[in-house]
Amino acid sequence: MPHRTFLWFILPSLLAMILFIALPIGSVLVQSLYVEHEQVLIETETCGPFGCTPSVSVDQNATRALREAQPLGRFNGLRTYTDRNHLAFAEVAAAWSGSDGWVDFGGRLMNLPFYKALAFTLAYTFIVTPFVIILGLAIALAVNGLPRMLKGPTIFVSLLPMIVTPLVGSLILFWMIDADGIIGATLQRLTGNSDLSLKASPALTWLTLFLYGIWSSSPFAFIVFYAGLQTVPGETLEAAQIDGATRWQRVRYVTIPYMAPLVVFILLIQLMDNFRVFEAIVGLSAQANASSLSILIYSDLRGDVAQFGSAAATSMMTIIGVAILLTPVLIRTWRDFNRKRV
Amino acid sequence: MSSVAHRRSSALIVLSTGFVVLWLVIAAFPFLWTLWGSFKVQGDFFSRADWMNAIWGTRTAVETGGPFTGAGYEGAWIEKGFWRAALNTLIVVFFTVVISLTLGTLGGYALARSGYRYAFWLLMLALVFRAMPHITLVSGYLLPFFEWNLWGYKTTAIIVLVAINQPFTLWMLHSFFLNIPKDLDESAMVDGCTRFQAFRHVIIPVMWPGVVTTGLFSFLLAYNDFAVTAMLLSRENQTMVPAIAGFLGSTFEEGNVMFAVAAVVSATAPLFVLIVFFQRQIVSGLTAGAVKG
Repeated sequence: MPHRTFLWFILPSLLAMILFIALPIGSVLVQSLYVEHEQVLIETETCGPFGCTPSVSVDQNATRALREAQPLGRFNGLRTYTDRNHLAFAEVAAAWSGSDGWVDFGGRLMNLPFYKALAFTLAYTFIVTPFVIILGLAIALAVNGLPRMLKGPTIFVSLLPMIVTPLVGSLILFWMIDADGIIGATLQRLTGNSDLSLKASPALTWLTLFLYGIWSSSPFAFIVFYAGLQTVPGETLEAAQIDGATRWQRVRYVTIPYMAPLVVFILLIQLMDNFRVFEAIVGLSAQANASSLSILIYSDLRGDVAQFGSAAATSMMTIIGVAILLTPVLIRTWRDFNRKRV
Repeated sequence: MSSVAHRRSSALIVLSTGFVVLWLVIAAFPFLWTLWGSFKVQGDFFSRADWMNAIWGTRTAVETGGPFTGAGYEGAWIEKGFWRAALNTLIVVFFTVVISLTLGTLGGYALARSGYRYAFWLLMLALVFRAMPHITLVSGYLLPFFEWNLWGYKTTAIIVLVAINQPFTLWMLHSFFLNIPKDLDESAMVDGCTRFQAFRHVIIPVMWPGVVTTGLFSFLLAYNDFAVTAMLLSRENQTMVPAIAGFLGSTFEEGNVMFAVAAVVSATAPLFVLIVFFQRQIVSGLTAGAVKG
């Protein structure tokens, strides 16, 4: 296809992506270098019978005028990145020199909002993803053995957790684990501990979020693996059996190698999706015990005064995180592409 | 199915059937439970005494005189104006899907038919864009939109959702177009069509299965979105998902939780219908990128 025709076909789509994905990333970068204006203070002297005392007050009108004139705020350089709410260099250094041992250091880091969010985001990404793949493969193998007429309805039901709005799915779970909800009440009865609450302790909240993640993403892995299973040739399986392979060996040495490219695909999609974990934390009202990078940005923007600079700095670091996550995939695809061309 | 390779021992059949049944219960029970509970009063759905109350509707019978009540739905849809949110969702989702597909078909077709290196790079760029967390993009939009007075309108949200949808739409349609043989449009061009005429008269008539599947996923993306719609829409333009989140702020009053439960069930119903009608397309769409590599 000639370059010119290609350009005309791709232009609308490309324009939309440049204007609303590439430019916002630039806008985030610029915003992250600025910080909101401080309030304008005026010093007045109030004179009474016992002499004059200077007092400082906020000049509301001047503050508003300044903020309207320069909505971006004042230039702050990289200081937003290093302040307490982000990379917190000073606090980390203090924690490092003041701590005795790794556990203590880790504990102190978890008091800093950015590190707390980063820890949860990474834990969520790297715990949920493997479980999704294993559970998805297990369901796919089990469903594949069902009689044909049961497969359709099974797939129908399995699609539900994946397709439902994430906020809605997590809300449904939230109501069920409430101390008065069905799961919460049953757990209290089973453990005999009427104070047990899945919402109170950080560890249990993390566990709940992980379980929600696995519940909502497994269907995706299941469907992909199930489709892949249909392409495993029956003759190979039969040959393996005639050679004396047990059922497990057939799964291990015939089926799973066929699934390997699918694992890469699911891994890629899941890493991208789990890294931006967001709605589940809002739906489960878990901000107190678990926060993710997306949640930090959301709460900065949602505050009484939106803190654009702070949100933008976190956004930039999230984007860098995504880039690091994607690098291996991009390198691999680039190699494949070159091999195909040669 | 009767070949040796497919014969299984009965213990394994029991085990794997049990596993499937367990999974089905885990997958479906939360929805059935919430659907059933949405017709009860708060005292039953969140029963302090015994969760069996939610099944029999003990408090519901005491408070309303019958085992079922539509009070939650009435409160959400009429009192709290959820119908407006539903209407907004309909508008936003409809235009997002139509515009996404229009742009995506043109772009995806071009990417599938161009053999140049930049087409590959564009696809890679789209992949990176697809990975961007939506809330980071929103933090880029918010300040400029405030300044230019674009904040709060449905049109703004639609355009933003279309753009965020584009990387995914391009990838999916690109892989569908790769499956349509090149000879088809090339022979039309030999017969004297321009590239666009070939696209218009030869490709469009055969592309609908791919477009429908991609449309379903665009629909899901726009319908399920929370980050963009919650941050970029003013209160009267809110769609269903942020509206549901809004109910939660006011759950301290007795009964308001049930409004949220009813709203959640109402918002899930269209998705349920969607799977009933389009299960095959959804499954084929999920696997389109994977199985073909």
